[in-house]
Amino acid sequence: MSFSAIWGLCQTALELGLTCSLTVLALFLSYSMLNVCDLSTDGCFTLGAAVGAVVAIAGHPYLSIPAAMAAGVLSGFVTAVLQTRMGIESLLAGIIVNTGLYSINIAVMGKSSQLNMNKTETVFTKMKALLADTPLAGQYELIISLAAAALVILFLALFLRTRLGLAIRATGNNPDMVRSSSINPAFTTTVGLCVANAFTGLSGCLLAQSQKSVNIDIGSGMVTIALASLLIGQTFLGKGSIAKRAVGMVVGSVVFRLVYTAALRLNMPAFMLKLVSSVIVIAAIAGPYFKGQLPTLRRRMAAGKGGR
Amino acid sequence: MLTLQNISKTFNPGTVNEKTALRGIDLHLEKGDFVTIIGANGAGKSTLFNAIAGSFLPDTGRITMDGQDITFLPEFRRAKSIGRLFQDPMRGSAPAMTIEENLALAAGGGGWLSHVSRAEKAAFRDRLALLGMGLEDRMRQPVGLLSGGQRQALTLLMATMVPPKLLLLDEHTAALDPGTAEKVLALTENIVREQKLTCLMITHNMSSALELGNRTLMMDSGRILLDLKGEQRQGLTVADLLRMFKENVGKALDNDRMLLS
Repeated sequence: MSFSAIWGLCQTALELGLTCSLTVLALFLSYSMLNVCDLSTDGCFTLGAAVGAVVAIAGHPYLSIPAAMAAGVLSGFVTAVLQTRMGIESLLAGIIVNTGLYSINIAVMGKSSQLNMNKTETVFTKMKALLADTPLAGQYELIISLAAAALVILFLALFLRTRLGLAIRATGNNPDMVRSSSINPAFTTTVGLCVANAFTGLSGCLLAQSQKSVNIDIGSGMVTIALASLLIGQTFLGKGSIAKRAVGMVVGSVVFRLVYTAALRLNMPAFMLKLVSSVIVIAAIAGPYFKGQLPTLRRRMAAGKGGR
Repeated sequence: MLTLQNISKTFNPGTVNEKTALRGIDLHLEKGDFVTIIGANGAGKSTLFNAIAGSFLPDTGRITMDGQDITFLPEFRRAKSIGRLFQDPMRGSAPAMTIEENLALAAGGGGWLSHVSRAEKAAFRDRLALLGMGLEDRMRQPVGLLSGGQRQALTLLMATMVPPKLLLLDEHTAALDPGTAEKVLALTENIVREQKLTCLMITHNMSSALELGNRTLMMDSGRILLDLKGEQRQGLTVADLLRMFKENVGKALDNDRMLLS
């Protein structure tokens, strides 16, 4: 394989990794900071993609970005209300919203499960035109996804150091403390999920526009893929400042896509992506667990009671 | 300053696990009162604190603070004027966040989107130095690295960062080793005196119940048995307290953490 072919593959992986890293950053906020596993991520990703596509097709390429983010905020708000005001457990709240969003997404796409943006003006075609005669001409996808990831990291690094950001982190880190403090956990959870889902929606919108199409399944399995990326990122840059850890999320997302691309080159069929991400999540979470169990197992073995 | 009228609470009513934790408690605190509370296991001491802090709505009665009826005020709103420390030192601070970040949360003030200013950080440093634990040089370390005693001292600082109208201390030194417990207790006394706080302190230590503060309550079975203050309280010894308890309840005071000396 030629060098340019390898570079081409790496670039695709990089672009995809950066675009999807926005979802990983969303989970960084909801899962790592707020300690809520937001299972509405798949539906919200598709919602962002669908809303962004519909608005772009209607002739508003720039408006599609805030529209997709607003849709994400709305979805996060519903998930948050279900778990903070209606006594529905957080995992269940995510699943319920995810299921409901399937219908909503098809409705948004005009009762269709697929939308085509081949001739639509999007932020990507706008950027392509803008860069037409510059040395960066072919890199418009990379530039947009890189800029989006950088902006979200910058936002999180600043936001999580504000009083509201600190309150959100405390809500996830020590619920007991927050319950007996003047912070209202319902409020912090709601804000956290709204912000996180805005990024998930943005992520979906950008992926759809770069692929020039939306499919109702565009977001399926996204939460596992993003979790896998998050856990990979944590092993690289898991400690230190918020900014550093957020960069780690993007690194994790890109590494995940690179590994996946390499696996594809080794003739792994494309449909295996989701199984691979599942295995990574299992390994990353179960690994430390078994490591903790190791001394017990060793002692059992030594005592001649192995396996019991 | 704080008035409780006929506060009752029964948990799991109508089941085999029914437990009446508070039976018509009446209590009035003056501003600046430092009240120590002693009592056997299950006497209702912590439940009393939960009622005051708003962790649950009492079955009967009213609670007023500074003339305002707070009976139905949610817990997080009361927390603005009520500081609280628990026995578990892990409960009052966020372990993954730095000392500085924990203090910033406790200090409040500023808008939701404001950052902690340099002046505030300097103020945190000065406050931390008062603890005499060297924490002022570790402000950027996660709180999870601190020892139990250090964490409880930090929690005390956090709870009194903005002087609360009322400070509730629920056996806050019981989980610490004796030396550290003494240090945290001395800090408590200093802070309460300097800020002239109104304070309720549950303690398992009979002698500090008599030494600290200006008033001692003895609780049993959800009631306040004895309310000792003024001359009646002066010169009282631990032996006197134990005798009084036995006379009132008909059995010896039994608390698994009780310190008699």
